Parts: sequence; structure tokens; C-alpha cells
Amino acid sequence: VTVKRFPRTTLAVTVAGAASFALVLSGCSADTGTGQSTDENVKLTVATFNEFGYDDLFAEYEEANPNVTITHKKAATTNEARDNLTTRLAAGSGLSDVEAIEVDWLPELLQYSDQFIDLNSDDVDGRWLDWKTEAATDADGRLIAYGTDIGPEAVCYRSDLFAAAGLPTDRAEVAALLGTSWESYYAAGEKFAAAGTNVPWFDSAGATWQGVVNQIPNAYEEDDGTVIATENPEVKEAYTSVLAASSTLSARLGQWSDDWTASFQNNGFATQLCPGWMLGVISGNASGVAGWDIADTFPGGGGNWGGSYLTVPEQSKNQVEAQKLASWLTAPEQQLKAFASKGTFPSQLEALESDELLGATNEFFNNAPTGEILANRAAAVDVTPFKGEFYFAINDAMQQALTRVEDGTMTPDESWAQWVTDVESLG
Amino acid sequence: MTTAAAVEVNARSIRHIALSHKLSRWDVRFSPYLYISPFFLVFAVMGLFPLLYTAWVSVHDWNLIGGQGDFVGLENFVTVLTQGYFWNALRNTFSIFLLSSIPQIIVALGIAAVLDFNLRGKTFWRMGVLLPYVVAPVAVALIFNDLFGDKYGLINSAIMGIGLEPIRWHVDVIPSHLAIATMVNFRWTGYNALIFLAAMQAVPRDYYEAAIIDGANRWRTFRSITLPLLRPIVIFVILTSTIGGLQIFDEARMFDQAGQGGASRQWQTLTLYIYELGWGQRNFGRASAVAWLLFLIIILIAVINFLITRRIAGTADRKLRVRAKGIS
Repeated sequence: VTVKRFPRTTLAVTVAGAASFALVLSGCSADTGTGQSTDENVKLTVATFNEFGYDDLFAEYEEANPNVTITHKKAATTNEARDNLTTRLAAGSGLSDVEAIEVDWLPELLQYSDQFIDLNSDDVDGRWLDWKTEAATDADGRLIAYGTDIGPEAVCYRSDLFAAAGLPTDRAEVAALLGTSWESYYAAGEKFAAAGTNVPWFDSAGATWQGVVNQIPNAYEEDDGTVIATENPEVKEAYTSVLAASSTLSARLGQWSDDWTASFQNNGFATQLCPGWMLGVISGNASGVAGWDIADTFPGGGGNWGGSYLTVPEQSKNQVEAQKLASWLTAPEQQLKAFASKGTFPSQLEALESDELLGATNEFFNNAPTGEILANRAAAVDVTPFKGEFYFAINDAMQQALTRVEDGTMTPDESWAQWVTDVESLG
Repeated sequence: MTTAAAVEVNARSIRHIALSHKLSRWDVRFSPYLYISPFFLVFAVMGLFPLLYTAWVSVHDWNLIGGQGDFVGLENFVTVLTQGYFWNALRNTFSIFLLSSIPQIIVALGIAAVLDFNLRGKTFWRMGVLLPYVVAPVAVALIFNDLFGDKYGLINSAIMGIGLEPIRWHVDVIPSHLAIATMVNFRWTGYNALIFLAAMQAVPRDYYEAAIIDGANRWRTFRSITLPLLRPIVIFVILTSTIGGLQIFDEARMFDQAGQGGASRQWQTLTLYIYELGWGQRNFGRASAVAWLLFLIIILIAVINFLITRRIAGTADRKLRVRAKGIS
């Protein structure tokens, strides 16, 4: 569910038009209805994006609740869903009864948590991994979103290229070779490079940064929202070490770029940091390429990248029914069905322990037990990075800073200085 | 009594006549305005209101979701003008505009001149040059991105094939502008060519015949008859492509995945900058400030255009009169 920034779609919005549209709309206001649970006929709309694997589940729910009719609005990308959500939130009307959101833009919405109803209830207490729930809880303890899937990260690798470099190819041996720290991961890369295969170790500094920064609890902002990004020694250190590794190990292919996509067919790189949903991206881009496998380890401890939630906006006229539906959809049984249908990795404790999940394998990745590996990876996540109002913008600027160094337009110091200017101009 | 009544009736009918006179005078005087008013009413709602509202937003702290904040006066303008990215975007906008508009108009003139010959299958060729215009800009960008890939793009593969250094389309400033201008040109050249062609066909054929009898070749007739007579149309095309060129968004937006105009903002145009401020940073106040600055720049250029146009149109008329005299 978390293929971020993936396909290019109709982003060709004319700015003036969209701006004036949003501005005109913001003049209108919506009456907020507080729905009551009755047996009356209820029409619920649910907005999702990409693939949540819910199509069959809606039919099942309608059968069990004959008074409920569900309309499904599906956006092609998370970008589209985000634009739609933001615009209608600003307008004060037009949102669906259940709106799916992505963890990347969750912090932006948490600032306006009063626009979403509090979903806390005894039924769902302890349903999810702690950090999944924490990320969707606002300062007043209101839970604004029910977790659907998560993106626990492992390391994907090309066993054929490993073999050519004289490295082990077996999953467990590779996990041992990569180790559990960034140093050992880079060291393995140096070993791989020394074998003279002429294939870079990882795709880009930016992708590696994503793994590193998600392990820093307060990379850019204090818990109270104070921006500390430019003074934080941890960030500077991570910046230096990622770029040091990149100078010898990186393919310098920005993630999601056309070159990056094409590189899967051209031995572009040997390893990649791999959240669960990335498996589908790799098997799609690398279709016909044999040798991909997945190792049950992640440098620097566990890491999570992406994942989604369901919210009920305050605008909804059927809040009670909408909450019931969201709760049902995110229950372990339903999420397991979604996993079986579209591979979205569940965030529910009970689902994570189920045999159905743990027994799942992936043919493209050399029949790796992906269910078990990703469950282990999910359990290893021990840091919930704080993501505040400016997280998205600051991290985006950092990605560009890393790219500037990789493409040679700036030295690491110059690019850092530019990043500091960028961050300061955000305020 | 009777006279008094007659006077009364008379006065009434006079008043009546006066009123209907007045009405018909109003009818003549105001009806035309009434008939054209729908356009202006729609414009007031769709154009003027957003324009003024954007000005209102630009003097406030304004979050995309949070809405109106404190009044800050001209602070948004000052911040934006003191940030390097505004000037950088301005440079990119003009660079891409010039790189696209100038070759576009020259090539369009050439294509129109060729189409103006008595070709076989006229309609086929004419529809052919219009075809790129029908394709959505996003689709154009997708196709061209395969050409302009840094590593696996078609052009760079060819260049590396003959042993040269690949061009860094997404890294260096000028190559990125050239690539984007190519997409813009691909889309608009044929469209402009057809406008030129329509104007060329309106040129009286006697002029050419007379010139050819006098011994002028094709190039000479093109330079001395076609071009001067095309001047008003050329001015029109320059005006529309200026307005369009200063608002280039789609092609630059689609040039890479992040859509912000490159890691060093190598190809970030003003409209992209507005989008980044408004939707990326959700700072509607600053985005509106840039939108207004862009509006002022376009007005400034339109005024300059108008002044130049008036001069050129004036000289064209005079020259034509002189030439017409010479021909007769």
C-alpha cells in the first residue's frame, strides 16, 4: 500500500486553477454531523489508494450488515490521495467517511487532529504494534487513525552477483555477512567491490539515508516540535557516513527515477534496503531477472519505511458506522485476507503471529519465507522516529542535498550549507 | 376645466413619450454592455476574485489546511525575494522560455512556408504537424524522458556508443533547459506553423507573381513579401507564446520524479516554485506572493510587448504602403 511517489500520473495540475479552486472552496463551510448507530440504511464512502486489498472485504461486510452500502473511491497513487485529502480538508467538505492515509503525511495531519474523530475504544486496545499506534496518537492522547499495514525493512540482494564476487549466497550466511550495523553493511560492500565485479553495492545515498534516519528518534525535531535538524550532531554524523559510503559503493541512481527503474534490467546494484512493499516493486521492475533474494537482517537494528492507516474525518455524517467499518477492516482477520490478496504486510500483533502469515513464501525471491522474515524485521523495530510538522520538508531537502553531492554539483560541505539555508527558510 | 384636463392629458402623454424616448436611448446606449456582460461576470468570478483573493492571502500567514493566520503585511514578499530560489526560478523561467519560443517560431515559419507550397496530400501534412499538439503534455514528457535519461536514455546511449561523454540532462543547468524546451517545442511548433500557414494563404498571390516576373527567387519573395505581411500574426504568436512560456509547468514537473526542478533547482520554473511553496511546504501566503510577482512580471512583459508591437506594426504598415505603391 505504500509505493510512495511511484507512478507519474495526472500531476499536471495548473497551479493557478487549483489554487483558486481551493481558495473559492475554502469559503464554504460544512456542518459536522454526529452520526448515531441505528439500523437505518447507511451509505458509507471509503477512499483508498494503490492496493489495500479491500475489494472482497467490502462485499463481505455488506453481507454481514445488510443496512450498509459501501462506495469505494480508489486513487491511483498516494500523491493523488494526499492532494485530494488536503484540498477537501481545507475546503471543509467532500471527504469520504473513511479516508486512508499514509504514514509519510500522517505527521502533517496530526497538527489538525481535531479534523479527525478520536478512534480510541476498548475493542481495539492492544491490537497493533505499539509504535504503529503511537505514531497516530496526538498530544492529547487521541487516536486519529487505525493501522493497516507496515513496512518493516530487510535487505534484498542479488545472489548471482554475490556468487560472482565470491561471497556467500545463502540467506542465513548473507545475513551474517551483512551484519547488524551500518559499518558491517558497508564493509561487506567494500569486500564485494574489491572482487572487481564493477557493480555498485546499493542504489543511492538517498535510499540508504531513509534507512539511517528512520533509526534516529529525534532527527530533525524535538518532541515539542522545535526544529533541531541543523544542529543535531547525529544528523551531521549520519550525513558524513552515508556520503563516505556512497563515494565508493553507490550506483547514484535516485529512487523512482527512470534510470533507477531501468537499472533493474542492467545489473544496476547488488543490494537494496527492502521494506515489505518493495518486494512487489522489485519483482515488477526486475521481471525476468533471476537471482534476487532477501536476507533476514537490517543494518543498525530494525527499521520501518511506510505503511498506511484508516481515519474517520470529523466531516463524516456517519461517524459511528464509519468507525465500525474501519475497526472491522483493520482487525487481524481482515488484514490477513488483504495480505493474501495484495501482500500488504499487517501491523496487527495477532496477525503477525498467525501461521498463515508466517508460512508465506515469495517465489520471485528464491522462495524466501518472506512472511517470517518480515515478521522478524517488524519485531526488531525499536525506535519510533518523531516526525513533526516539518519532517517531510526537511527530509526532502536532505534527499536533495545528498543528490547534489552524488551528481557532483556540490561538495559535501557546500551541499550541507545549502541544506541549512533550505531548512532555515522553511520557518 | 376642459383645457385643464387636456393640458393634463397632454402632459401625461408627453411624459410617456419622453419616457419611451429615454428607454430607447438607454437601450441603444446600455444594451451592448448587457450583452457582453456574461463574459465579464464569469471573469469576475473565475478571474478577478481569485486574483484579489490571492493578494489577500499573500499578506497573511496562511497554511493550506490551517487556513488564515496573522496579518504579516509584505513579509511574505520580502522573504520570497530574499530567497535565492525565487531569482533562480526566474532565471530558469526566462531561459526555458527563450530556448523554446525563439526556435519554435523560426521553425514554425519554415514549416509553414513549406506547407504553403503546392504539396500532394496537403491535409495529411497539415494534420501531421498538428498531431503533437493533440498529445497530452504529460504523455509527451513520459516519452521524452526515455530519450533524456542520464544513464540509460536513448540519446546518451547513442553518444556513449560513439565514445563521447554522456550529457548530464538532470544535473547540468543548460542541458536540462534544452531537454524541457524540446518537449515544449515538440508540442507547440506545429500549432504555430498552422497559424502562420493560415496567414500566408491570405497573402494575395499577385504579389508573388509580380515579384517572380521581376526576377525574385523563392527566398527573396519569402523575405520581402511573406515576412512583412505576416508581421501582425508573428506578433500575435510571440504574445501567446510569451504568456505560455512564462507559465511552463507540466514539462518541468514531469522531468523527474520529485517534481521540484532538480536537487539544485536546476530547472525549477516560477510555477513549480509556487507549487512547491503551496503544496510542498503548505505555505499559501508565500505561494500567493510568488503568484502575484509572476502576475506583475507577465504584465510588465505584456506592456513591453505592446509598445514594441505598436512600433513594429506602424513601420509594417508604412512599408506595405510604400511597397503597394511600387507594385501598382
